[in-house]
Amino acid sequence: MSRSFRVPGRGRVNTRRPVRFTFDGRSIEGFEGDTLASALLATGTHLMGRSFKYHRPRGPISAGSDEPNAIVAVGSGPALQTPNLVATQVEIYDGLTAQSQNRFPCLQFDMGAVNNLASPLLPSGFYYKTFMWPRNFWTKVYEPIIRRSAGLGVAPTAPDPDHYAFQYTFCDVLVAGAGPSGLAAALAAAKAGAEVMIADETAEFGGSLLFDRASRIDGLQTADWVERTVTELKAMPNVRMFTRTTVFNYGPHNMVALNQRMTDHLGTPDPATPRERLWQVRAKQVVIASGAIERPLVFEGNDRPGVMLASAALTFLNRYGVACGRRAVIATADDSAYRVALDLIEAGVTVAAIVDIRPKPDSELFRKVKAAGITVLTNSTVQRAHGSQRIHSVELAPVLPGGDVGEGKNYRCDLLLMSGGWTPSLHLFSQSKGKVIYDADLDTYLPGESAQAERSTGSCRGLYDLGEVLADGLKIGTEAAKDAGCDGEIDLPLWEVTTDAIGRGGFTGALPRRGKGLTAMAFVDYQNDVTAKDVKLAVREGFRSIEHIKRYTTTGMATDQGKTSNLNALGIASSALGRPKQQIGLTTFRAPYTPVTFGAFSGHERGNEFDPDRRTPIDPWARTKGAVFEDVSLWRRARYFPQPGEDMDAAVARECLAVRKSVGIFDATTLGKIEVVGPDAAEFMNRMYVNAWTKLGVGKCRYGLMCRENGFVYDDGVVGRIAPDRFHVTTTTGGAAGVLNMMEDYLQTEWQDLDVWLTSTSEEWAVIAVQGPKAREVLAPLVDGLDISHKTMPHMSVVEGTIGGIPMRLFRVSFSGELGFEVNVPTSRALEVWERIWEAGKPHNMTPYGTETMHVLRAEKGYIIVGQETDGTATPDDAGCGWAVSKLKKDFVGKRSLALPAMQDPDRYQLVGLYTEAPQEVLEEGVQLVANSNEVIPMNKIGHVTSSYHSATLGRSIALAMVSGGRARMGQTLYVPMEDRMIPVTVTSPVFYDAEGARLNV
Amino acid sequence: MLLIRCPYCGERAEVEFSNGGEAHIDRPADPMSLSAEEWAQFLYMRDNPKGLIAERWRHAHGCNRFFNAIRDTRTDRFVVTYEIGQPRPDVTPEQAAEAAR
Amino acid sequence: MERFSALSLAKKALGGHLGWKPQWRSVEQPKKAYDIIIVGGGGHGLGAAYYLAKQHGLRNIAVIERGWLAGGNTARNTTIIRSNYLFDESSSYYEHSLKLWENLSQELNYNVMFSQRGCLMVAHTVHDVQVFKRHVHANRLNGIDNEWLSAEEAKEFCPPLNISPNIRYPVLGASLQRRAGTARHDAVAWGFARAASDMGVDIIENCEVTGINRGPDGAVTGVETTKGTVNAKKVAVSAAGHSSVVLEMAGIRLPLQSNPLQALVSEPVKPAFPTIVMSNTIHAYISQSDKGEMVIGAGTDSYVSYTQRGGLHIPAETLAAICELFPMFRRLRMMRSWGGITDNTPDRSPITAKTSVPGLYVNCGWGTGGFKATPGAANLFAWTIAKNEPHPINAPFTIERFRDGVMIDEAAAAAVAH
Repeated sequence: MSRSFRVPGRGRVNTRRPVRFTFDGRSIEGFEGDTLASALLATGTHLMGRSFKYHRPRGPISAGSDEPNAIVAVGSGPALQTPNLVATQVEIYDGLTAQSQNRFPCLQFDMGAVNNLASPLLPSGFYYKTFMWPRNFWTKVYEPIIRRSAGLGVAPTAPDPDHYAFQYTFCDVLVAGAGPSGLAAALAAAKAGAEVMIADETAEFGGSLLFDRASRIDGLQTADWVERTVTELKAMPNVRMFTRTTVFNYGPHNMVALNQRMTDHLGTPDPATPRERLWQVRAKQVVIASGAIERPLVFEGNDRPGVMLASAALTFLNRYGVACGRRAVIATADDSAYRVALDLIEAGVTVAAIVDIRPKPDSELFRKVKAAGITVLTNSTVQRAHGSQRIHSVELAPVLPGGDVGEGKNYRCDLLLMSGGWTPSLHLFSQSKGKVIYDADLDTYLPGESAQAERSTGSCRGLYDLGEVLADGLKIGTEAAKDAGCDGEIDLPLWEVTTDAIGRGGFTGALPRRGKGLTAMAFVDYQNDVTAKDVKLAVREGFRSIEHIKRYTTTGMATDQGKTSNLNALGIASSALGRPKQQIGLTTFRAPYTPVTFGAFSGHERGNEFDPDRRTPIDPWARTKGAVFEDVSLWRRARYFPQPGEDMDAAVARECLAVRKSVGIFDATTLGKIEVVGPDAAEFMNRMYVNAWTKLGVGKCRYGLMCRENGFVYDDGVVGRIAPDRFHVTTTTGGAAGVLNMMEDYLQTEWQDLDVWLTSTSEEWAVIAVQGPKAREVLAPLVDGLDISHKTMPHMSVVEGTIGGIPMRLFRVSFSGELGFEVNVPTSRALEVWERIWEAGKPHNMTPYGTETMHVLRAEKGYIIVGQETDGTATPDDAGCGWAVSKLKKDFVGKRSLALPAMQDPDRYQLVGLYTEAPQEVLEEGVQLVANSNEVIPMNKIGHVTSSYHSATLGRSIALAMVSGGRARMGQTLYVPMEDRMIPVTVTSPVFYDAEGARLNV
Repeated sequence: MLLIRCPYCGERAEVEFSNGGEAHIDRPADPMSLSAEEWAQFLYMRDNPKGLIAERWRHAHGCNRFFNAIRDTRTDRFVVTYEIGQPRPDVTPEQAAEAAR
Repeated sequence: MERFSALSLAKKALGGHLGWKPQWRSVEQPKKAYDIIIVGGGGHGLGAAYYLAKQHGLRNIAVIERGWLAGGNTARNTTIIRSNYLFDESSSYYEHSLKLWENLSQELNYNVMFSQRGCLMVAHTVHDVQVFKRHVHANRLNGIDNEWLSAEEAKEFCPPLNISPNIRYPVLGASLQRRAGTARHDAVAWGFARAASDMGVDIIENCEVTGINRGPDGAVTGVETTKGTVNAKKVAVSAAGHSSVVLEMAGIRLPLQSNPLQALVSEPVKPAFPTIVMSNTIHAYISQSDKGEMVIGAGTDSYVSYTQRGGLHIPAETLAAICELFPMFRRLRMMRSWGGITDNTPDRSPITAKTSVPGLYVNCGWGTGGFKATPGAANLFAWTIAKNEPHPINAPFTIERFRDGVMIDEAAAAAVAH
């Protein structure tokens, strides 16, 4: 059986290299160079898939990426089985496994085909009109059934083990498509000295030249000319060539995206090679040489396996050496199909008849075919194709004057080839925002004026004569190179071309037919099972815009995105609406040109490379101490340091008590740091922050609070004055970049009068916080003689010095409420300083602590965390920081907004503390507060809990909350409504510990 | 992805930049003297034009400088980029037509 | 209006479906005058016309659409419908809409395929957890369903979800609104159009408003269009990304910026994804359509643009995030992508309100979240137009809130993209 449809001496497959693969479990032999479709066709198999809606048996109609029917799954296993691949593009290799899709239990017998019997009840949009009763049946009953029958292949269920790459590049001239015009354009541009990239979606350069046996270029077979040209291009250092690479997206400013498939055609790929690579190319000039796609004809049974495009049969014959049948009928409206007839006959295929819809076709080819004695019926049509899983005959009938169709005659055949003419591929041109223009002569749309640095060449702009196409490619390539700035002397070749296969003619819409055809299924969009009737129904129901027709019928919305169907849908809509096509227009061409793997877009951004992973210099130390980490913006921060047997609560309680009783060490490196320098530094700070800075002495620190212009708190942090003209500003971890941006914005665009420089020093300084009553005892011996006594270095001061010879900025600040220091040292030296402090702290039982303990300690003191207590709707006063706002400054960012009456409303949410009635009850963060425990839903909420912890120091729980008019509610009992109970809480001051600050000033 | 000409660094890909909204909206010299309505006009109300817009960009992953640009929001084609502080340049009818194309 | 049902479908099938009538009257030329003109024939505008006719008895209405009906953001969104917003103002607005969604197919006799598949919002950081729990509790007290799930429970609800602790941003849990879902976007607009048209509303496509006419007292008198002058007592603008352009014709500046927003679908596959998952932290939004396509929302570009397209790096980032959360989808393929124009306000909440010009109303600023509000916004906009005053639910959603400093800032409150 196998190879029985191979034609000896034809095709470019390597018959010395058999390749064995399986399709639906059946082991099949093909040859190196075959696609899955060609190898199956070589065994006489046309049935390769089932359609989306009616589950009709389908075979390939095309030989390329425009294929709507032969959609298969490739690979095996939960991770690797890849759905919805196009059999005409899948290259076979030894061991490839492929499965048909959307059928149960098997391709030959599919229960889903019952839909086909019910098709009269399932016209376009049937689902809008039904399934509404009873109401809850939609989600529970109808929708699950619809979903199960919809969909094509099965998505993988296990993670994809392959890897993908993503790359940016530049070139002078990018050529999309390596058919005759693309090759000619690339050659011309390259000879002019341009950096050229040329890509083609197939495995081999050459396009139509790979299956054109009739034409000659410089006396060479076209395939030989391709080889000569490709060799010439390869030898040029300024040319990059990409096979299996689809130019799929044409973005703004000549940014073009390519998808290169690297390994899918290989049985045993090198694991180091990515499966696919996505290129983003900024091209000075783009040449679109995307070719043209043959149009199917729309008649009853045009979807039966064995019905295919004439050009597809020619491709399978001449490129793959496969005859798609033994006895063919050809239905055409175009001259080029006559060339197919001649090639088929030469290969031993019987051509039973050619039917031409045109009254008087005439061409050199027509005459050759007549001379060969083939029956040609002109002014005739296909009434119907017969057969189920394979066509066995076709009824051809004359078109009568007036448009009716007369009695026809059946012709036995196993292959029906159709050609409705050629549709230029305008996808990339249209994506570039160029406007397409209807061409009445060719009865199709062509590229209009370019919107970007782009040119179309060859058949994608309606040129079908090979001689013209090649000449056009040379001309366009030359122009593109010139416009890219490469105007070297070009010695352009002059090719002598002979050809006869010129595509002239064409037909759009549904073929005329006898009778009303109310039950006839004539397909426009094969995969989505959209028939001519469906399009007419949409028009009947008032859908007049082509976009509406597309959406109502789903024509053009299948995986092939309407490559073969859009123009026919337009033709049918045009006659149904009684309006010329050019008044209707095309639907938008949407990227990608053909489907592109998600993995290719994500590229290397997976796992830990998904986002930058920022780690502090102390991170290795924390890991050896068994720290548990949390993500804070891009940083990984140690959250707590559990000892054996401890959970988070136990670890945090221990860490908290250690800081309060003795000393703890904390990595605060992630804080943002900005150096604000210049003669106007203080004035700049005055304008940016709500605080006043002029009087802050050198060596002193102040808590700084920053609003946005809308008056809401944006960021906070301690600021130290290092010199009269120099501030060391700290920001929150997450806010670092935003604060610098905002500062730069004002400085560069609003306050150009200020002489100030801003430098991010976040990466330069690592910060080691040493907090607790013993902090000074630990540090004093290490700081190279610096006097850090309370007297010379009181709370909120900063000094520059060294620690073990390493430069240091030492801040006496506290976010814990204890005596505390923050040691700022160069990041590169931080770990060694940390370890030195750690050693010195051992006699004091110094304890490392993480962000969770830091949170508890600061909450005990009522210190806010921007982003936790505040949320972008809180003013400084709301957050209990009204004291920080300068009353004297004439202006600062946010001041005008803070003066709005709404900002003064006494009912605004204000920061308070909460005690639960039960001391051990720890509230959930985010719970809401109500004043009246007897309320029913919907309740009148008056606040919410922002922070809540068990305080080991106080031996009870504490919480911070934002409460409407909260400061006036001290002592009131409020309630936290949980699902099953009310938790009473008492409003209190947010400062739970050491309210007078005695422990800070020691 | 847009190609943007930073006046200081030259043409770079859009991913290096961040957009800063409409340009030439100067912060009032004395905000406190403004009515709430005037303040809202400055802070929130925008032309949001369909056509030529003067807008701010910052070469965030480059020189970190702000600059202004004139761009047609119907095509995303830039007419010109210029330094902060310069007045909005006049756009010739030819430039406007080219940007709108 | 002929009722749609399985029976009517079967009857029509016997006649080869030749007996169907247009679903709405397409009016080529507008009348000289209407009581109310609605500018913008998307879901919001058509719905407003429907509710004006249905609930307020006003039928002398024209909906004027620049292009094809519902060709703007109605056609370009990812169809997510939910109401689990934080602030009372927003949650009551979206809940009002959600309730209308729940009966919309029956109300319109048009299956809008509202599928209450639930919406999981995934938390990746301690901060996310705090924020989402705040939402859960606030919603619960408002009578809006929203619950907290552990990572394991989230995976049980959505089996493809990757809850491995070894990814860059591990899933710490999720909030789930079970009543949330998706709907068939085109059907909503067509259903409103059909029902409104049936009650006498004129729907005029391919007609661009080029000016807003006002009388000596400053009040609106009608609009100039590419099909001539049309007079009206009231003009209501529901033009999404083009709102600034239309309102500028009446001298009104809006607090809006129009940004590109992109979305995409995969090829159709058999049911593989049972719900909606949103991750605001890593910017991934995904559900599976009835057809089997994975519907994925990408981010907005930051600049003003009316081109309906953005940079490819935006969907690329989104797909990287999707592949992290659902690593089995890495081999799926993008089939189609598109862009829309979102109209964003500074507080990311909408405006449904009267304007300073008498007789001129605006419903805009829906940003990336307008689809879910379609029936609700239409309903409240109709109320506002008919009564010349807002309904209590949309009363806070004025233009003046920016002047007064009473924003409804869901984004700032929650770092939640809509």
